[in-house]
Formats: sequence, C-alpha cells, structure tokens
Amino acid sequence: MALFGQRRPFSIRRLPGFTMIAITCFVLLYTPIVTLVVYSFNAGKYIAIWEGFSLQWYVAAWNNAAVQDATIRSLVLAALASLFATTLATMAALGTTRVKPFRGLTAIYAMINQPLMVPEIVTAVALLILFAVIKVATGVQGLYYLVAAHTAFCIPFAYLPIRARLEGMDLTLETAAADLYATPWQTFRRVTLPLLFPGILAGAMLAFVISLDDVVITEFVKSAGQETLPTYMLGQLRRVITPEINAISTALLAISIIVVSLFFVITRKPS
Amino acid sequence: MLTETAGSGRVEAEERRKVRRSWLLSAPALTVLFMAASGPLLIVLVYSFLEPAEYGGVVWKFSDEAWFKVVFQRDIFDGTLSFADAHLMILWRSVRIAFLTTLTTLAFGFPTAYFIATRPASDRNIWLFLITIPFWTNLLIRTFAILEVIRNEGIINTGLKLAGIIDQPIQMLYSDFAIMVGMTYVYLPLMVLPLYASMERLDFRLVEAAYDLYASRLAVLRRIIVPLVKPGIVAGSILVFVPALGAYVTPRVLGGGKNMMLGNLIELQFGAGRNWSLGAALSITLLAIVMIVLLFYVRAVQRASEARQ
Amino acid sequence: MQALDDVSVTIRENEFFTLLGPSGCGKTTLLRLIAGFDQPTRGTILLQGQDISHLPPYQRSVNTVFQSYALFPHMTVAENIGFGLEMLGKPKSEVRETADRMLKLVRMEELRDRRTDQISGGQQQRVALARALAPRPKVLLLDEPLSALDYKLRKEMQIELKRLQSETGITFIFVTHDQEEALTMSDRIAVMHAGKVLQIGSPREIYDHPADRFVADFIGDTNFLMAEVLASDGRQVRLRLASGPEIAVELPENRSASGRVTVAIRPEHARLAPDGAALNGTLENIVYLGTDTHYHVRLDGGEAFVVRNQNRRDSTEALQAGAPVGIAFEPDSVQVLRD
Repeated sequence: MALFGQRRPFSIRRLPGFTMIAITCFVLLYTPIVTLVVYSFNAGKYIAIWEGFSLQWYVAAWNNAAVQDATIRSLVLAALASLFATTLATMAALGTTRVKPFRGLTAIYAMINQPLMVPEIVTAVALLILFAVIKVATGVQGLYYLVAAHTAFCIPFAYLPIRARLEGMDLTLETAAADLYATPWQTFRRVTLPLLFPGILAGAMLAFVISLDDVVITEFVKSAGQETLPTYMLGQLRRVITPEINAISTALLAISIIVVSLFFVITRKPS
Repeated sequence: MLTETAGSGRVEAEERRKVRRSWLLSAPALTVLFMAASGPLLIVLVYSFLEPAEYGGVVWKFSDEAWFKVVFQRDIFDGTLSFADAHLMILWRSVRIAFLTTLTTLAFGFPTAYFIATRPASDRNIWLFLITIPFWTNLLIRTFAILEVIRNEGIINTGLKLAGIIDQPIQMLYSDFAIMVGMTYVYLPLMVLPLYASMERLDFRLVEAAYDLYASRLAVLRRIIVPLVKPGIVAGSILVFVPALGAYVTPRVLGGGKNMMLGNLIELQFGAGRNWSLGAALSITLLAIVMIVLLFYVRAVQRASEARQ
Repeated sequence: MQALDDVSVTIRENEFFTLLGPSGCGKTTLLRLIAGFDQPTRGTILLQGQDISHLPPYQRSVNTVFQSYALFPHMTVAENIGFGLEMLGKPKSEVRETADRMLKLVRMEELRDRRTDQISGGQQQRVALARALAPRPKVLLLDEPLSALDYKLRKEMQIELKRLQSETGITFIFVTHDQEEALTMSDRIAVMHAGKVLQIGSPREIYDHPADRFVADFIGDTNFLMAEVLASDGRQVRLRLASGPEIAVELPENRSASGRVTVAIRPEHARLAPDGAALNGTLENIVYLGTDTHYHVRLDGGEAFVVRNQNRRDSTEALQAGAPVGIAFEPDSVQVLRD
C-alpha cells in the first residue's frame, strides 16, 4: 500500500485529471491531421489501408488539369484579396488608432469587424443575391466578384495585427522625426511605415491564409468554372474519395502552416 | 483673453481636421465592407419580403409568405395550417448541436487552457502554437480529416475490424453525432484561446489563499478559478456557438443530406429548393439569433466592466 | 540548491513568534512549508505533536495572511471572511455570525458588503487578517503583512496585531525583514540567514546577547572588535582586545571561547570618557541625529568605533573632529561572538 498509495506532493497549480484531458486533447487534435498527411503517401487506392509509400497521388494531383486550374485561381485570388485588404486595412488602422475617441469611431470598429460577427452563410447568400443582380444588369463576368468578396472578409483579419502594432508603437519616435524637420509625409514614409511594416506583413499573411481557406462564400459567389482548391475539394468529397484529396490537402496544409509560422515569428514580442 | 479664445478655436479646428482625417483614411475600407459585406444584408432583408420567382430569384411584389413559411406550412390539398415541422426541427437541431458543441469544446478546452496556462512561461508559447496551428488551417481539410477517421472504411472502423472487435463497421458518419464530433474538433481552438487569455492572468496567490482556507480542489475550481476566468468562458462560448450555429461545411460533409443544419437549409433554398425569399427569411432568422447572442455578450461585458468601476 | 538547511524550531502555544532575516534567507520558504504550499524534501513538521508534513494546506489548521493579501476580488468583504468557515462546512448562520464578529474585531463593520477592490490598502489588510482568523486556526502565519503599508499605518497595525494576538490567543508566526518590527512585536524571534536559523530568543536576548556576527550586525548597530582569549574558567573569560586593554567577561550559557574571537559592543553601551577609558582614539566625525549624536572614532589600533549618546537639553559638549578621545564601557556590555 505504501508503494502505490504514495501521495504525489501537493501542488497549487495541479488539478486532478486536467493534464490527462489536455494531453488527450492535443493527441485528438493532431491524430486526424497526421493520419490525413500519412495516407497522402499511400500507394493504395483506399484511404484506410496502407499499401506502402508512394508519391503517386501527388503526381496525379499535379497532372490533374482541374486541380492546376483551381490552384492557380486560389493563389491569384488570395494574393489579390490580401493585397487589397491589407492596403485598405492599413489606411483604416492609421485612421482609427492613436486618435481621440470621436463620434462614429465605434461605428467604424463595428463595421470593420462585421464580417467576423455575421455567419458566413448569411454573407454568402447576400453576396449571391447582390452579384446576381449586378451580373444581370451589367453583364460583367470574371473574377472581380470573388476578389471583392474576399477582400471584404479579409479586411478585419488584416486590420487586427496592424492595429496592434500601431498601438504598441512609440509615439516619441514620430515626434522626434518631426522635431528633426521631417514633414508629416516624410515622417510617415521614413519612420511610421518602416516601424509598422511587420504588422502590415503579418496582416497580409493572415489575409492570405483566410482567403486561401475560404469555402462557403466562394462556393456561393463563384460562377460556373471558377473553382478554387477548397470548392473543388468540397465537390470531390461527394464522390469516391482517393488519396489524391489527401495530397491536395497536405499541400494546402503545408502552405498554411508555413505562412502561419512566419506570422508567429514576425509578431512575437521581443523578449 | 482674446488670444486664448482664438487659441481654443484653433485647437477645435485641429480636432475637426483630425477627425476628418480618420474618416478619410477609413473610407475606402468602409466602402468595400459596405458593398461586399454589410450592404448586401439589407438586400437579403428586402428579398425576404418578396415573392419567389419560379426558377430562382424573386418577383418584385410584396409578400410575407416567406416569413410565414419559416414557421408554418400549408397543406397542399386542403390548405390547413400546421407548424413547419421540417424547418423547426432543423432550427432546433442547429441550436442543440451548436449548444452541445459549445459544451464539449468547453469540457475539453477548459482543462487544456488551464494546462497551458500552468506550464512554465517559456513553454507556453509552444503549446499555444500547437493549438493555433489547426485554427489557421483550412476548416474543410480538418473536417475532411475527421471524415477519414470516422468513415465506415475509416481508421476507427478498420482498426476495430482488424482487431476482431467488430465484423460490421459502426455507422458513425451522417449523423448528428458525426456533426458534433466534427464541430467540436474544428472549433476547439476558438474555445481554448480566450480561455487561456484569461487563465494566464489568473492570480495563483488567490488559489493558494483558497487552499489555505480549507477549500478542496473541487471547491477551488468552482469557487475561485471558474468565477475568475468567467470572461474567458463567456467569450469562448460565444466564439464557438456563433459559427457553430451557422455552420455549413461541417454538417454538409459529415451530416450527409439528411442531417441538415440551418446553413444547409438556407443553401437548399438557393439551390434545389429555388425559393430565394424563404432562403432570405431563414438567413435573417439566423442573423437575428446570432445578434441576440452577441448583444447578450456585449451586455455581460459591459456589466462586468461597470462592476469593476 | 537547498532553501533551508537543518532548521529546527519549536514554537510555543499562544506565542507571537517572528522569523527575521534578509530577503532570500529562507523565512518565506519555512512559512510555506508550515502552510503546506510546499513540501519538505526531508524532515517533519509537527503541529501539537501530530505530523502534518504531507497534509495538503486545506487539511491543516493553519491560516495565512498573505503579503499581497490575496483577497478574492469576486467576493464581498463578508464573503471573503466567511470563506474558510464555509469551506469547513459550517452552517450558514454560524458563518454569518463569525464573519460579523470578525468584522467587529478588526473594526470594519460598515464595509461588510463592499467589494474588496473598493477599499483601501489598510482596510484590505484588516480583511485579510479577519479572513485568516475567522476559522480559529491553531497557528496564524503572517507573511510580511505590513510591508505594503505606509509608515504611520504600519505602526498602527503593529499595535493592532499585538492586540489581536492576545485577544484571540492564537499562535502567530510572523515573517519580516524589518528588525524594528520584530523587536517591538515578538515574544520570541528566530534570526535566519542563508537557510539556517542562527539564533532564537526573546527580543532582549537577541539584541543584548547576539550569538554571532550576522545577528549582531543585522539587528541594531554594533561595533566589532578583535580579541584574544587569555584565560578561561568555565563561563568566566579573560580577553585582550586588539586595541589594548585586558577585560573580564562572562559568556552566555553553553558557550566556550578560545584563541582569537570577535566581540561586539553596542554604540549606546559605550560612552566617551576623558579618563578611565578602555580604548583610545581620534574623533573623526560627529553626526547629529536629533535624539542622538553619533561619534565616529578611529581607534589607535586602526579599527572604527561608533559611540552613541542620547542628546539632553543640557548637553553642551563642544568636541571637535580631530580631538583625541577615550571610550569607556561596562565589561558586561561586551558580547563574545560565535566564530
């Protein structure tokens, strides 16, 4: 009894079972993802039976014209949307950070964060209706609609890190620049912008990942033949699933993880 | 005296100039957001009061039929009214699944956040990073990953079969259970992050004081830790409940055609159902529920900050 | 690294006992061991003969007044005070009555329903005290509870604490780095340094008969002189001070001395004397401090020596720096220190 009944020394922070649950949580969080990645290298045709290592599904995906098409569209869309969203968000952040509260400021915040609060499906439906009307009225087709929609919902994600960076910035540096005869524009160009740059980069990265991952809004807004990688995958999930989907997922996963890791490195507070 | 008033006039003009600058800088973002996010919601509201056209779209004629149909249905033959069971069922299922998902993410997320918050400060960022990575990876991919695990030919069933425990696969996919498992998996980080944020600030000297005053571990958890991290619990619950209620991808992939949630019902009206007005009315219903929940949250936050003053 | 090394302390019932030492000396570690927040790697902690070393804090009849007070911010003053009794499963009426009695004891009745972040630091201190006293622990631990208060409030609370201790009859273990606080409040003091207990005794014993150089130096001001033992007979010892004279002193109990030793003389136990002086030197500096004057003397042997004189209305000494002076003291004011 003494051998097994020995009490663990009392610790203020320990709560019984919590560590177990937490570890379980981490295992459960990563098991499906790891499984998905592992089976993307499966030589067999089925997902659950391992038949040896092979890159054949990556080759298949690479040579699949539909996948190529969707990949290029996804990347172009994400690049454009993050570029526009970051530009707009930077301006908005400069306009709404480090200012005395004025009437309407709360409204601006609410407006910028609105895409985070409204369920995606509702926004998707709303855009479907709006763009249908515009398409009928103007006859304009193309990627514009997707770019506009993605830009809009990427703005809050780009805005947050830029604003955080601005708020943490030392005001005296700009005052010092002004004291050294810099005009407001020179101060902005030579002091504010370089200091703000990590925030802008971080914002752009988040916007890029968010755009790249979007399914719902894209699914509703896209015209026929405008598949992005996620909508292509969503369509494929209804059919017989081959490890090709795993291969595409793994590639997309890799991009997201790389971008997010860079984001972490950029925004980490120097300690 | 004269110069002073002139001075304050200048200050006022300067203030006005600054406010104008704020608006000008925000204007482009606000314009895009209005055109491609908020503004269209008004159109949805308008559409919900129009008559549906036969092949999608609407006829520009006022009608409250769509709103009527959200709750009631008319018998095709004798025209008697009854509750729209299908809609109400789906609404109820959406709320129930979203609620249960919130509970399960809380049950898993609370100990996990606590675990991270009690690691040495230098290790915390690594654990946090491990939670954040899935958060920033594609929701569809994570749902797909769950699909592969719980499919009939998936990892669990194949494993159990190989182990000789079962002959026939356990049907887990295409059920409310599958949706819940998937959503818990997908939204867990949204629960952990705000919980961690408030636990990181938890003053463990208070925990020490409670133990000193004869509180058992359970009492410390119930009477000290939970009340002190309540803002995190509320924030996490909102962050999970809101997207779970409007979920579209996860129920579509894991629930199959039968186990719809509100998001899928809305989609149906714009697709095969071809009743845009009803779809619009359902969308506004979903939006209204979400707004009520958010308002409740804002009120709770305000009350908390008032109490602090 | 050991925070505590071979510490053996016996604290009596109903005693106001103080652990005194500089920060990092191990006094807080010792307190945390008694409270149960940390566990000893070796050794035992007995409470009324019962081994409590491995009991969690919630099973020890020991309560703590924390340095930060650690009042629960989400509870009222009364809820804080009643918390311990509530956790012990006492009926609601008893919890309320005791809380009210405690509020009265610390003179805080009118603040019973306030939130703890709405009251001042001194009031928080009282609530923390009441909260720790409410369950009537066998031992009350106080971890530098006065350090966050300003000087005047601190003086008030010192008297208040003393009153509470005698009214409740609970054993207080008080941790402080402030020697004055320790001297004014304690029945007995344990002086700690580098994880060791150097000396335990009443404030008088500690002050008048410091056992070693650290204790003598840490508590009050002291002059240290080198000396050589010429002859010893039990506790009677003859010494020759490095600066000259031979003196006879009596050692404390259980102490012997031989060879080279250090002796201590308190500045107020010495006086400047024109004749019959034991030591001679040159006056280097006169520091006027209101109640006292300090005379800094360089002895002929090269050592520094300070004499403290209480100022009287009629004291009109007109000594000048640089003047030769003599220093006299009674033999029993000379303390032979442990090596």
